[in-house]
Amino acid sequence: MRFSDLARALGRAVLLLWCVLSLTFALLRLAPGDPATFLLPPGASASDGARMRMELGLDRPMAVQYAQWLRASLGGHLGVSFVDRRPVQAVIADALPVSLALGGASLVLSFVVGIAIGLFQASRKGTRADVMLTIASVLLVASPAYWLGLGAIACFTYLASSWSLPLMMRLPAIGMTTPGAALSGWPHLADLLRHSILPVTLLAAIGAGGVARYVRTGALDAVGADWMRTARAKGASDWRVFRHHLLANLRAPMLTLFALALPGTVAGSVFVETIFAWPGMGRLMVTSIVGRDYPVVMGCAAAFALLVILANLTAEALLPWADPRTRG
Amino acid sequence: MKRLGAHRLDGREWFAHGVLIALVLGVIFVPLLSSRDPLRIDDVLAKRLLPPLARDSSGGWHLLGTDRFGRDLFVRMMLAGRLSLLVGVVGSLVAGAMGTALGALAGWREGWIDRAVTSAADVLLALPRLVLLLVGVALWQPGLSTILVVLVLTGWMGIARLVRTEVMAVRRRPFVPAATALGATSTRVLLRHVLPNAVGPALVATTLGVGNAILLESGLSFLGLGIQPPAPSWGNMIAGGRDLLVVAPWVSLAPGLALVITVLATTLLGDALRDRLAGERVN
Repeated sequence: MRFSDLARALGRAVLLLWCVLSLTFALLRLAPGDPATFLLPPGASASDGARMRMELGLDRPMAVQYAQWLRASLGGHLGVSFVDRRPVQAVIADALPVSLALGGASLVLSFVVGIAIGLFQASRKGTRADVMLTIASVLLVASPAYWLGLGAIACFTYLASSWSLPLMMRLPAIGMTTPGAALSGWPHLADLLRHSILPVTLLAAIGAGGVARYVRTGALDAVGADWMRTARAKGASDWRVFRHHLLANLRAPMLTLFALALPGTVAGSVFVETIFAWPGMGRLMVTSIVGRDYPVVMGCAAAFALLVILANLTAEALLPWADPRTRG
Repeated sequence: MKRLGAHRLDGREWFAHGVLIALVLGVIFVPLLSSRDPLRIDDVLAKRLLPPLARDSSGGWHLLGTDRFGRDLFVRMMLAGRLSLLVGVVGSLVAGAMGTALGALAGWREGWIDRAVTSAADVLLALPRLVLLLVGVALWQPGLSTILVVLVLTGWMGIARLVRTEVMAVRRRPFVPAATALGATSTRVLLRHVLPNAVGPALVATTLGVGNAILLESGLSFLGLGIQPPAPSWGNMIAGGRDLLVVAPWVSLAPGLALVITVLATTLLGDALRDRLAGERVN
């Protein structure tokens, strides 16, 4: 029963991925302009254009192009970048680990901090601390990530150096590592960590604001529930009520929220990577749009879609573990 | 719905209504009444990067200071607010109407229409909205109309899902077969009896969508893929102050604050609307 459910979910995910890939193909072909003209140097003759179109297969019927493109992309071949003439999958393979590390670290951090703050708020409902934290989280969710990023750079990089704070307290604003410094081993890791403080904290803070609001509502709903009163009435200790009743009931919604939070993290990382000049997927996508590098744009979109679909699939597969009521 | 008009506003609603009314008045009248042209550049050296509340050499007073070309930031900010509010409200309303129509159709008719709408929504929801927006502006010319079209095409899915679920729940209630038995046509039953009972969550989602649309538009403009200078947008104004963070922090600070307060007000409005609808359901 559970296995067939999983198989069905997997089938749906594959179907979804096929639809998304077809959508990117359709958008690419719908776009005004001939892709061949972007590849040719200015002043190329009409016969150069015809030869380029033949090389790219643009002269063949649309159905043939679609079939070839689908077969290639299912095999992981996403075309060749217009700009640096490398295969798109190689360009993405360089950028993806950066984004996964940035997004993953901040997603985990935002859930740890967000759950802690949400539970704290629920336990102090109506106090000044609760109100202040609610205002802070609403403000964080309403603020654009890039604006907060600029503010963080202004404070921790520029102001910190103009007040001549010790070097340890000034945070680097740009890049993942110090340029020109050939570090390896522990110093390299420390350098990397110093560079990640601002972007990771920023992304995590924005995510934590949303998680905290959600956890606060969920915990307050649970506190008023009948099964909480029953648990206390039968003499369960505070810790047992918290651990086995409250947290156990928050597990499933948290899992769903984790999958739902992924697109937001992707969106945040587009801006954070641009601001802090991290060579990840978000920045890659923006630079390829500016450079009209369509194959890379589409490759990035497909990679993002795969990420979201995988996250939803994982959440669905883990749901029976998180919430035994959903076990068939 | 009758009590929606006659009620006491709480603090949150006072704030949201106050901010939005002040903003609408500001964006309409400030650029109209101001003697300064927010796009014209003159005498850059004398007027550029004046701090807030400063007077320039010719005696002009600048509430929020000036940018690097000596243009008054307050007037520019209000002009930019026109675009942001327009994009946010129109983009969200049209997306909400489209989502409501598709969702109602899917939930009412079921069958293949339902399957088509649901799978289209699933496919579009598999891509983060910002990524879809980026693809849209990548393929077509960046600008106001592209942003609006892409915002609508990527914003209807959540609302369609909500309305579909509501319509499916409402059509099981006894007044629906009763209306049919009295001879009402299918369209009339849907429009007069089902939809009014199902549209509440869509209204809340549309209101909350305004802030989201404003944030997305300003984000695209910040990246240089949205509203193009010299036309001001809060996003491209923040981008314009990016390398002036130390010399003239107000250039980025002012439009950013405007953005945060506006998004905050629309979010609080949506939250308040949701609480009110929930309260009405309990009563």
